[in-house]
Amino acid sequence: MSENVFTLNGNEVDFQPGETILEAARRHDIDIPTLCHLAGATPTGACRICVVEIEGAETLMTACTTPVVKGMRVLTESPRVVETRRTLLELMLAYGNHNCAAGQAGGENWTAYQLKAQEIDGDALCPAWGDCKLQELAFRYQARADRFVLTPDSPPPELANPMIVRDFSRCIRCGRCIQACNEIQVNRAINYGYRGSDLKVVTPGDFPLANSNCVFCGQCVEACPTGALVDSKARYRWRPWKTEKIRTTCPYCGVGCQQWLHVQDGRIVRVTAVEDAQPNQGRLCVKGRYGYDFIYSEDRLKTPLIREGEGFREVSWDEALDLVAERFKEIIAASGPDALAGVSCARSINEDSYQMQKLFRAVFRTNNIDHCART
Amino acid sequence: MTNSFNEFSRAKMFMVIGSNMTEAHPVAATFLKNALLRGAQLIVVDPRRHKLAKMADLHVPIRVGTDIAFLNALMHVLIAEGWYDKKFVASCTVDFDKLAATVMRYTPEYAADVCGVPMEMIRDTARRIASVKPMMLCYTLGITEHTCGTRNVMSTANLQMLLGNIGVECGGVNPLRGQNNVQGACDMGALPNVFPGYQKVGDMALRAKFEKAWGVDALPAANGLMIPQMMEGLVDGRVRGFYIFGENLANTEPDIRKVEHELASAEFLVCQDIFPTETTRFAHVVLPAAAWSENDGTFTNSERRVNRVRTASAPPGQAKPNWWIFKQIARRFGQQWAADSAQEIWDNEISVLAPQFGGIKYHRLEGDGLQWPCPVEDHPGTCFLHQDGHFTCGLGVFTPCDWTPPAEVPDEQYPLVLSTGRRLAHYHTRTQTGRCEGLNEILGEETADISPADARAKGIAHGETIRVSSRRGQVAVKANLTDEVPAGMVWMAFHFREACANWLTNPVYDDITMTAEYKACAVRIEKIQSDR
Ligand code: SF4
Ligand code: FES
Repeated sequence: MSENVFTLNGNEVDFQPGETILEAARRHDIDIPTLCHLAGATPTGACRICVVEIEGAETLMTACTTPVVKGMRVLTESPRVVETRRTLLELMLAYGNHNCAAGQAGGENWTAYQLKAQEIDGDALCPAWGDCKLQELAFRYQARADRFVLTPDSPPPELANPMIVRDFSRCIRCGRCIQACNEIQVNRAINYGYRGSDLKVVTPGDFPLANSNCVFCGQCVEACPTGALVDSKARYRWRPWKTEKIRTTCPYCGVGCQQWLHVQDGRIVRVTAVEDAQPNQGRLCVKGRYGYDFIYSEDRLKTPLIREGEGFREVSWDEALDLVAERFKEIIAASGPDALAGVSCARSINEDSYQMQKLFRAVFRTNNIDHCART
Repeated sequence: MTNSFNEFSRAKMFMVIGSNMTEAHPVAATFLKNALLRGAQLIVVDPRRHKLAKMADLHVPIRVGTDIAFLNALMHVLIAEGWYDKKFVASCTVDFDKLAATVMRYTPEYAADVCGVPMEMIRDTARRIASVKPMMLCYTLGITEHTCGTRNVMSTANLQMLLGNIGVECGGVNPLRGQNNVQGACDMGALPNVFPGYQKVGDMALRAKFEKAWGVDALPAANGLMIPQMMEGLVDGRVRGFYIFGENLANTEPDIRKVEHELASAEFLVCQDIFPTETTRFAHVVLPAAAWSENDGTFTNSERRVNRVRTASAPPGQAKPNWWIFKQIARRFGQQWAADSAQEIWDNEISVLAPQFGGIKYHRLEGDGLQWPCPVEDHPGTCFLHQDGHFTCGLGVFTPCDWTPPAEVPDEQYPLVLSTGRRLAHYHTRTQTGRCEGLNEILGEETADISPADARAKGIAHGETIRVSSRRGQVAVKANLTDEVPAGMVWMAFHFREACANWLTNPVYDDITMTAEYKACAVRIEKIQSDR
């Protein structure tokens, strides 16, 4: 046991060989903030927000990339660490459009910023308000938005596709979207482009997503810690403090991905993946993520219908079911139960298929029951 | 699937045959691609050079419908070179001799000719799959949607048994199921020959068990009809009352004209659905049902995982849960069913009657669900089947299969082969995805995907509206010139009614499963003369 031990904030704790400081700390319930770190992808060390102090080391080290070494003494919230994190956050806040209350202090610059942000957003709050890692950390480390000169104008958001809004003015260039696209979903639609202060997440040729390899799986949106990437269908509609999250299973293909339905006033307003769940481990595809609103279509069947000439007449459940039972009874009486046949639904729940085969077998007395096992 | 999705990213070698995974099972494909980034090898066997084929170490573009010839030739090489798993074959299987006798006739020379790929490629494939163990085999409807679908499936199983890749992690035979709950509908006994849990209706003892549970006597012993037989029965009067729950048969079945004639012949048709569809047009009674997320229940995915579906919002108008509707009909026949929620149906009936589900109860499904078989309540569920070579019925049986061509092959009149499938942004006949904001913008219409060579021969330009016709019908559709499709092939989907591939497809079926040959029929393409 004395083998793999190091000191974390003054306490001796164990670690597993190869574990990073971040991983070991999380295992011991020590919260080190991260922005660029994405589970399942190679750590890049891009944002540096996870820096920690290691006794004897001259510089602060990023916890997400540094492996624990035996006997190491690590401080995760020393004054030096806190000060560095605050500065990093202030630099991020100064770059682009972060018009939430994160920058409390608010000088003139900040007000000007708020005004400009409103031009883009209308009266609405930032679409990521309340679900923004940057906002959260700015509060936690009391970062002020006015310590650095704010950068001038940034381009308007890209709205040229139906699913994903890209707003570079809110991008902190952490690279999580790039990792989600290249390492998690492996669609290879986006990467870093340009250099230095022009660094930007781009498609090849810097075209809009609609003209790229993008398949709109939305994994980048899920990975984005700020409001730089948001689901168009949920933008300004979904507000985390107003929604209830309900776990369910995707209604499309046979993978059976686990989803969070974000329900607001009795309506699904957004779908995200359940992190760490089997079978999808936090992933969804375009159908699973964006194919939820068909249930609210005006075309839905809402009342039982009985044919009348060329059209249909709206009827009560009793009238419709009485007719079904009566006709089926007549047919069974005249031609036997095998003159009835039924097709069940491969999309509906197990319990529905069970009931239907039971109806055919136990009530009608025929095995003429099948479903589209084939298409 | 014999194995699970979470094994994909750890696998060392894949053979994907007849599966366009990146579009039809996108999230499953991401795990496979993760494995490739870690150095796994991928062999894709598919006529089309689709996305996954482009990422493969080896793409074997066999002709449509030649899978058995190809698989047999692989086994021929494996046996001739002694590259198969002799220990597994000796201890866990029977009838190796029969297999060997059959595949001996499938020399690489012969198969190369049938499949339209070089002989050396077949040998190379055999060499590769023999060199890495285990190899995980995945397939989808490219294997099953053929007149020889059953034999295709058996051939994939033969190959994996020969290589000893059954009953191991990251190996196995893994069909990815098309619809979210096809697995579940099969498990629940929505099949003409089995009760829930694959218990045969022909077995007297099993009938007695269900009679007792359901409080009835004389359950029918004879197997029932399969869908194509039902449809034909509508025309010849054998089937007089037809009950369609949630399927849009008028678009999904091959040869739409024939199908619509059959539906129109129905004496009394009940449709239970969430939307009016091309099929409900023929109904005499339409019953409005609750949709996904409007009631509680369970789905079972391809890896046999039973997972919860939960209510998020109420059904519109008077729409009702499907299980409720069936219960009300039973009541009108004098049967009072006790269960009054999906949970009661599952906990008190399904899990009691089907041994595979004995240990699955709603209270155990809160997290990631459970994979059947799960016989008792303290059982953890089963990630991969046939562990250590234990097959459901003792030893694994080799079932040698001979190759037969598709029922309709190209000729002078219809010189191209039409193969069909699905595209990423849509699902089936779009009753659902067509009504989701944005998805139609991503993909708004059907195309006929053709090779630049065939297009050139006919003077067809990219995006031009052309006519595709078969012996059954014709559609006008935009041409999409793509190098994904080999010369001699047209590829289409069935998401859009007007240009639905099923106006063209051939209503011929596998003898055993009655799966239609969606993947192969003969067509012709033409320019549409603009004299109108
Ligand atoms: S999210 Fe996509 S891959 Fe997952 S079950 Fe739904 S359709 Fe299939
Ligand atoms: S989280 Fe460690 S560097 Fe960004």
